Amino acid sequence: MSVFPATAAAKAKERRASEAAPRPGSRNQRAAYWFIAPLGIGFALFYFWPLLQTFYFSFTEFGAFGGHTFIGTDNYARVIQDVTVWQALVNTLIYSVIGLTALPIAIVIASLLNRRGLRGVSVYRALYFVPFVTLPVAVGLVWNWLYNGDFGLLNEILGWFGVDRHYWVSDPSTAVYAIGTVMVWSTTGYYLIIFMAGIKGIPQDYYEAAELDGAGALRRFFTITLPLLSPTIFFASVICMINSLQTFDLIYIMMGEKNPAIGDTQSVVGLFYKWAFIENAQGAAAALAFLLMVVIAALTYLQFRLQKRWVHYA
Amino acid sequence: MRRRTLLGGALAAPLLTACSGGDDDTDGGGGTTLTYGMWDPAQVPGMKKIIAAFRKEQPRISVRIELTPWATYWTTLKTSMRGGTAPDVFWMNAVNFQLYAANGVLEPLSGHIRSDRTPVDRHPEALVKLYAYEGTQYGLPKDFDTIGLWYNKALFDKAGITYPDETWTWDDVRDAAAELTDPRQRVHGFAAEMDRQMKIYPAVCGADGYVLKDGRSGFGDERSIEGLRFLTDMVDRGWSPPQSAMVESVGRVRYWSEKVAMNYDLSAMAGQMYAVPALKDHGGVAVLPKGRRRATIIHGLANVISAKSRKKAAAWQFVHFMAGREAAEIQAREGVTISSYEGTQDAWLKSMPEFDLKHFIEMQKYAVPYPSSKNTTVWENLQYPILGAAFSGKGGIESACRKLGGQMDRALKEERAV
Repeated sequence: MSVFPATAAAKAKERRASEAAPRPGSRNQRAAYWFIAPLGIGFALFYFWPLLQTFYFSFTEFGAFGGHTFIGTDNYARVIQDVTVWQALVNTLIYSVIGLTALPIAIVIASLLNRRGLRGVSVYRALYFVPFVTLPVAVGLVWNWLYNGDFGLLNEILGWFGVDRHYWVSDPSTAVYAIGTVMVWSTTGYYLIIFMAGIKGIPQDYYEAAELDGAGALRRFFTITLPLLSPTIFFASVICMINSLQTFDLIYIMMGEKNPAIGDTQSVVGLFYKWAFIENAQGAAAALAFLLMVVIAALTYLQFRLQKRWVHYA
Repeated sequence: MRRRTLLGGALAAPLLTACSGGDDDTDGGGGTTLTYGMWDPAQVPGMKKIIAAFRKEQPRISVRIELTPWATYWTTLKTSMRGGTAPDVFWMNAVNFQLYAANGVLEPLSGHIRSDRTPVDRHPEALVKLYAYEGTQYGLPKDFDTIGLWYNKALFDKAGITYPDETWTWDDVRDAAAELTDPRQRVHGFAAEMDRQMKIYPAVCGADGYVLKDGRSGFGDERSIEGLRFLTDMVDRGWSPPQSAMVESVGRVRYWSEKVAMNYDLSAMAGQMYAVPALKDHGGVAVLPKGRRRATIIHGLANVISAKSRKKAAAWQFVHFMAGREAAEIQAREGVTISSYEGTQDAWLKSMPEFDLKHFIEMQKYAVPYPSSKNTTVWENLQYPILGAAFSGKGGIESACRKLGGQMDRALKEERAV
């Protein structure tokens, strides 16, 4: 999927391009196939083939040292009956809901950064983008220090206001949110870039006309920016949802093995890792991975259905 | 068991290239070259010396070390077993042993041991038994670890308490922990950490309970629960930091920074304790205090031979050599681990005279072998999530133990069904 948003302008361009497309079977079209061939082969080899394999393996039981036997739907039965799976699924959904809060934050910052006459925009943009390009492992380690119950900065600051020290990542009641906050922190920059591009695509005339009509900054934001940004917001929310549903590394790093909150924070992919690579239950892990794919597909489908109600293609 | 994992991860990469194709591989005379799989970079120098000594005895066999960091050791091994590229001889631990033995990927050693009179009886019996499966010996121990009570003499002096010794019981630990805890200095008397090898299993066995017996879980057993209550009680009373705090700085680190006065820890940590100047000066070690009975957990690594090796005769020569006195003495001199061969531990004891390390060796007498079954990891992974809340001062250790017992029994039943 393209990194760049399908802005209104881009959509329009696309439409024009498709009108001018060469007729099927023409030389141009054959050339096009050659151009997309590397991508297609990569997709088939590294995405579609593993997908089929995973699906097949989800009906098998693995030997610890090779070989597998067909066991029908037993793995799926196990997945459905296992309480930890449901708990992981709930946790994962919580992460996606928290993860989505990165979008409004990014929109607000993006519209502030797009103000005319603001200097040093590229510096801000770089600063906001740094957390996103930093490895999740490094991010997790640093935040663990900030959250540390004994000498963490967060407790220190809260201490000035008389708040008791708290073990943020090891208390089951706060751990999910503590990790979720880090997720939001580290992804906001990415969406910020997308939204800045999206806002740039909105014709400046609209704002000028609105200003002449006496619309204030807030009014302009809600009646021009937001509606015209909705295709971008839709794209970002789909990406954000999928990413949060697949979250793993940050949690793995921040939680550690002996964390009492581990059951309350484990994501589906975390559980998959545990089954497949530690507990030697590759078949059940494959079933779990397949179910996660179904969940992601379902939620994405839902988003596509709902977009008709709020996404405006200008 | 997971000692020096960080070190392993950080150092192994450069060492890997340094070792593979190293100087032991210069075998041109039609001899055999064995590969030897291990994970601890700290033990490479010692192993090279052992290999050199072996070479003197068996000039036609050379050994090449294949070092894989701990974090990926088992996945790499499993994959290379499937692909047929596994090392001829490699390190094994108790957690993984039965899985390997049951799947027939290890070479049975009993026949060799009989015909070559390998001195198996000179190694701790509990440890030798760890590496037997259904009456057949598959591995020979190389080293061992027991758990002892490490304590901070300066903190004891300050509180005016006599140091722990062989007469200590759990009551003494409780009394001392209460005295030693100083909330204003944020010093705790004890670190009742959620750790299976160092805290949970010793406490369960000390209460005369059990972790695993005849294919059944012991966590639901009243005595086992009593052992775990000994630990969680310390948290509830504020004599130990809660587990939520020890996620961020583990008991060992708290002991190092003198914020915990007493801590159960491995013999293998002696070297690292010794490197902390304050602890070298006033760190002490004693046998584990007595609950209903005396107990500690013994674990050690073993050398095993891959069943798929095409050089089994040479591999056996090497494993046999490593189970003997000469190899054990070299290992002990290197000072990283306690050699499991009886009477070769002097060098280790002498390397840190300030610590009373002899207790670790004495404790062999009543040491309980590290509990394991065919798929140990599966039921071990149930422990921390279920016990976590109770170890964080939320109470409910009794029901958590029963729940754990039930789930572990189910996992064991599934394991048998496979």
